[in-house]
Amino acid sequence: MFAYTVKRLIQMVVVLWAVSVIVFLMMSFTGDPVFMVIPIDSSDAEIEQARRILGLDRSLTEQYFIFLGNLLQGDFGTSYVFRQPAIDLILERLPATMEIVVVAMVIATTIAIPLGVYAGANPGKPLSRLIMSGSLLGISLPGFWVGMMLIYFFAVEWRIFPSSGRGDTVEVFGVPTSLLTADGWSHVLLPAITLSVGTLAILLRITRAGMMEVSRQDYMKFARAKGVSRRGVLYGHGLRNGLIPVVTIFGLQLGDLIAFATITETIFGWPGMGKLLVDSIYRADRPVIVVYLMLVALIFVVINFLIDILYTMIDPRITVK
Amino acid sequence: MMQAFLASQFFFNWRRNLSAIIGSVIIAIFIVIVAFGPLMVAQDPYDLTQLNLLDSYKPPVWLPGGDPRYLLGTDGQGRDVLASIIYGTRVSALIGIAAMLCSCLIGTSLGLLAGFYGGRLDAIIMRIADLQLSFPSMLIALFLMSAVGTGVDKVLIALTAVGWVVYARTVRGSTLGEIEKEYVQAARVAGLTNAKIIRRHVLPNVLTPLIVIATVQVGTFILIEASLSFLGVGVPITQPSLGLLIKNGFDVLFSGLWWTSVFPGLMIMAMVFGINLFGDFLRDELNPRLK
Repeated sequence: MFAYTVKRLIQMVVVLWAVSVIVFLMMSFTGDPVFMVIPIDSSDAEIEQARRILGLDRSLTEQYFIFLGNLLQGDFGTSYVFRQPAIDLILERLPATMEIVVVAMVIATTIAIPLGVYAGANPGKPLSRLIMSGSLLGISLPGFWVGMMLIYFFAVEWRIFPSSGRGDTVEVFGVPTSLLTADGWSHVLLPAITLSVGTLAILLRITRAGMMEVSRQDYMKFARAKGVSRRGVLYGHGLRNGLIPVVTIFGLQLGDLIAFATITETIFGWPGMGKLLVDSIYRADRPVIVVYLMLVALIFVVINFLIDILYTMIDPRITVK
Repeated sequence: MMQAFLASQFFFNWRRNLSAIIGSVIIAIFIVIVAFGPLMVAQDPYDLTQLNLLDSYKPPVWLPGGDPRYLLGTDGQGRDVLASIIYGTRVSALIGIAAMLCSCLIGTSLGLLAGFYGGRLDAIIMRIADLQLSFPSMLIALFLMSAVGTGVDKVLIALTAVGWVVYARTVRGSTLGEIEKEYVQAARVAGLTNAKIIRRHVLPNVLTPLIVIATVQVGTFILIEASLSFLGVGVPITQPSLGLLIKNGFDVLFSGLWWTSVFPGLMIMAMVFGINLFGDFLRDELNPRLK
């Protein structure tokens, strides 16, 4: 186990390094950031000076090593627009994003798993067919459009929920959260529901497939023959094994939710790091985009690592290699 | 040919599968829209001489103030919503299909090379694929678009860059299985060149699993393109896709002008739903093991 953890940690470092190279290369193709810091009508001498300050007069390789060196020292660059360290801007907004991602995940899981278990345990029943058609519709919907429809009905027509912003927040251990105030919840609900739709549909389908797979196993039949109730077999024997694929997908979905949070936050004016990314793309605020991608890459490799560990805990038959 | 198809197991199962039939009908309708769409509507929504500002923001025909000339209402420039949806559907569908073809071509080629030759080439291709799969497609596409700028060709590049991986992995896996088989050994003994063995012998035998992937991918691509265009980093405003139409509609949604964004959204939903229904049927047919 220890050797495995060390090996995985090395892999994670390699992945992050690869991401830093790709991000750096792609970013160096996009326009000239010099005009982000100085006015377009600056003189040639001023442009030259700004280039030197930004380090753009050096070769690409040199620039990369400076960039990497700064990253390793915890210097992630300064936003061209806010004139603040890019990492601070993102970390400030991270809790808001995590809030809707977590609420969306909770909504998706609590609805998807029971429905998926039902549809997997009772294939062919009308209700199961309805659930499956609904889930197929769920993966065919553009998520942002669902958000707009929710805004139209709940905010514009019926005026039940606000359409944008984060609402009142309370500080918990220095981190502001909307999840402890009624006003905060009324702001969280619509974005979280929007975000949860796709994940809900996918988790449901995976749960169903997993349950159908296990219900064919001999130990299920044996448990029934032994006299365990249908419900007991389903939840005691079936669920644990049927959920193994769900755990894998869970990790991938967490990543997808963070990615789709960019759109959801844009629609709902939610002050998270996804909206910051989209705004930074519009403003060509290169340092912020780079830090966002590096941070998200870090989050993803950590999630993947945790999922693999969790995997061996749920299913002792799987051993790490 | 036709008779053989009508007598096939595939057709037999298709006829008995309601969702497969619904999916096929939806796809057929969309093919007609894409092929003949501009002939079906009176207005070319991007010919400014045909627009009349006096007709702007008309609601759909069944609401008070509706105009029989504009079935689904008009937008802020007096553009017929139905006409712009039909033009937008063409953009969305063609981008989805073209990006799928590019991904399939590149992914399959790389998969064949990786599986057939193995070694360092295989290692490099597969490490890139692994790296890419640990990130959501949407985020990679968004990042690429932010780097290369907007445009239909740029969207195609971004979608292909995220789409090739799944083909490469699948094809590599089946190629590894195929090259062990006797017919490939026989071809080698017969003195065929590697290029010929790959093209004539391995390729035809690794294609079947790709059909399902390709079908479903068109739907996925349509959704990703819509998201990119919604964020303003996808297609240009001169060639709006359904996603961009929804974005334009979003700006006026708060004034209660819902029809400019609701209908394009329903259109995407119908198109992708049809593709997914048919894709599900294909999966059951082509991989009976998973049924």
